[in-house]
Amino acid sequence: MPAFEPIVGRYFTMEVAGKPCRIYAEEAGQGIPLVCLHTAGSDARQFRHLLCDPKVTEQYRVIAFDLPWHGKSNPPPGFREHEYKLTTDLYKEIVMSFCAAYELNSPVVMGCSMGGRVVLHLALEQASYFRAVIALEGADKLEPYYGLDWLHRPDVHGGEVASAFVSAQVAPQSPDEFRWETLWHYMQGGPGIFKGDLHFYWHDGDFDERSPLIDTKQCPVYLLSGEYDSSCTPERTQATAARIRGSSATIMAGMGHFPMSENPKLFATYIQPVLHEIAAA
Amino acid sequence: MLEDLQARVNANTALVRRGRWVSLTFLFGADDEDYLIEIDKGQVLAVAPRRLPTEVGIFSIRAAHATWMEHWQRFPRRDYHDIWSMLPKDLARLDGDLLPLIQNLQYFKEVIASPRDQGAQ
Repeated sequence: MPAFEPIVGRYFTMEVAGKPCRIYAEEAGQGIPLVCLHTAGSDARQFRHLLCDPKVTEQYRVIAFDLPWHGKSNPPPGFREHEYKLTTDLYKEIVMSFCAAYELNSPVVMGCSMGGRVVLHLALEQASYFRAVIALEGADKLEPYYGLDWLHRPDVHGGEVASAFVSAQVAPQSPDEFRWETLWHYMQGGPGIFKGDLHFYWHDGDFDERSPLIDTKQCPVYLLSGEYDSSCTPERTQATAARIRGSSATIMAGMGHFPMSENPKLFATYIQPVLHEIAAA
Repeated sequence: MLEDLQARVNANTALVRRGRWVSLTFLFGADDEDYLIEIDKGQVLAVAPRRLPTEVGIFSIRAAHATWMEHWQRFPRRDYHDIWSMLPKDLARLDGDLLPLIQNLQYFKEVIASPRDQGAQ
């Protein structure tokens, strides 16, 4: 038999916007549920190293799922009739439906990039449910810097351009093997999906006016961002932390926008202390 | 400042293969100096200073000389490490018809970064 990784993947169906949607999820470990949310235009493979880290899985049941329209999760039936645009309400509904389907009790939710944004919404609105939220590369407000229409048009390859856009977000110090694995996920996204995700990340999901309302005594907030992140910059992370009283902000030196997949060994040195602190609280 | 770009690109067979659909001339600017970089099927045919106002590229990318020097460091400082991280910080400027650039963005990023491993001069 091969040396199997500890990750187990399964499919199930849950309702998304009133329609049945086949969802793919992976998990490993036992203990406190840790729900992981991937970046815009990618999928849950980004968390494979975390799922295989015994220092994490001995304390946490790590669960990473592909959002509908992403990875091995289907889009809902009839998806061809509508342009995909992720909204704040839909994103929150998906995460809460997933947690309900899994019957999770007081989970930690950790999201990266747009996932790092939505966890701030959840920290405010679901503070009594989540044990803590971890926002990787997650600021409460960003400034767009390129036109989204480039991402979905017939004369530009959507996968190639998505990868080429976000390759700027990987730190130059990150290992080439993991840089290109991270970008490979982007090359494989469905047509228009990265663009539709950025609708939430750049436009619909702004949260800076409400982030001061988060009660970190009820739901602790951890912000961790990479030095080389060009969208959720260290400055925007610090500004977000300043608006969320009691939050913890860490700038990861030599890291980009995809810490869990672009440099997993370095990321482990940053995330393990956070997870230990949450478990010990 | 671009003395070795042609040789470095053309010696990189994987890069030339990825650019095999690219045949055009684009303009590279550093401070007030403009260079025209002529490409045929992914190979760099010529890198030449711009001599006449009528010599243009299909698109142009410009930055300060010092910005390019930092871009070509082995590990550039943040914001300088990639064209797409230079744009939001106003460290670089694009003009012209961007379609061929966007269609082959990773190729052009690597062509422009090709002096990198020698470091800033």
